[in-house]
Amino acid sequence: MKATVLVRPKPGILDPQGEAVGSALGHLGFEVQDARVGKVIDLEVEAADESAARAQVEQMCERLLANPLIESYEVEIVG
Amino acid sequence: MASPQPRIGVVTYPGSQDDRDALWALAALDAEAVPVWHDERELPDLDAVVLPGGFSYGDHLRCGAIARFSPATAAVREFADAGGLVLGICNGFQILCEAGLLPGALLRNESLRFVCRDVPVTVERDDLPFTARCSAGGRLVLPVKHGDGRYLPPPDLDPAQVVLRYVDNPNGSVDGIAGVCNEGGNVLGLMPHPEHAVDPLLGSDDGALLLASLVDAARERVLATI
Repeated sequence: MKATVLVRPKPGILDPQGEAVGSALGHLGFEVQDARVGKVIDLEVEAADESAARAQVEQMCERLLANPLIESYEVEIVG
Repeated sequence: MASPQPRIGVVTYPGSQDDRDALWALAALDAEAVPVWHDERELPDLDAVVLPGGFSYGDHLRCGAIARFSPATAAVREFADAGGLVLGICNGFQILCEAGLLPGALLRNESLRFVCRDVPVTVERDDLPFTARCSAGGRLVLPVKHGDGRYLPPPDLDPAQVVLRYVDNPNGSVDGIAGVCNEGGNVLGLMPHPEHAVDPLLGSDDGALLLASLVDAARERVLATI
């Protein structure tokens, strides 16, 4: 089963990378109020069904893929 | 009787870089410096442990995130939980934060630039095994060299856990925090590199004050068991 994990810097955490991207977009003429840079992690896992896959991937996020102090995560099961 | 030589381990992870300097500095300060390999499940008989700087496991995902799960880190956790002295320098600090042995996290420098220069830091506490040779309020000049050194404390950090503070913040750390200890005061992490500053030829020997404090404290622990 395929899963996608989105890891984002938590609101309020300074994201200088996002600021640099936002300002580069500004230089290109785009009007950008805010830009934040996170990570995408695509996984393929063995699981009986979607909820088992989700439970497994959420465990992975808690234990390794995201640092709860600075990052939030979202799990999407692609099927 | 000659004073006993304490045994201080230095863990080498794949990608550690400053392990040799740490071993050299500790030996120069009259400790028996003991190399520890990352896949050792049990530590040898040690009086203190140093986690050195570098880029363990390529700094993939987050700095220190993978090293946290290595067998030697599990052994270091047991050692620290039993009250053992643990010093994490730079990447070692990042590993201790990821492992939950120290509070907070280290993020990309605010400037997005790698900083590599000598910086002054203020010593906030001189009552720890790592700072006994320093004076609270005094300054040390130590080199920093990192891209991910912006310290973010947890909201509930006890201010008494701040051990070192930058005079001129080089990376955007909250409140200029350069080094923190755990609640028990037996685990310290810092971004500057004391092991690169133990000889005036290299620009500063202030790092020797921190490392010699650790050697003293480790020696006292040996004496306590004799």
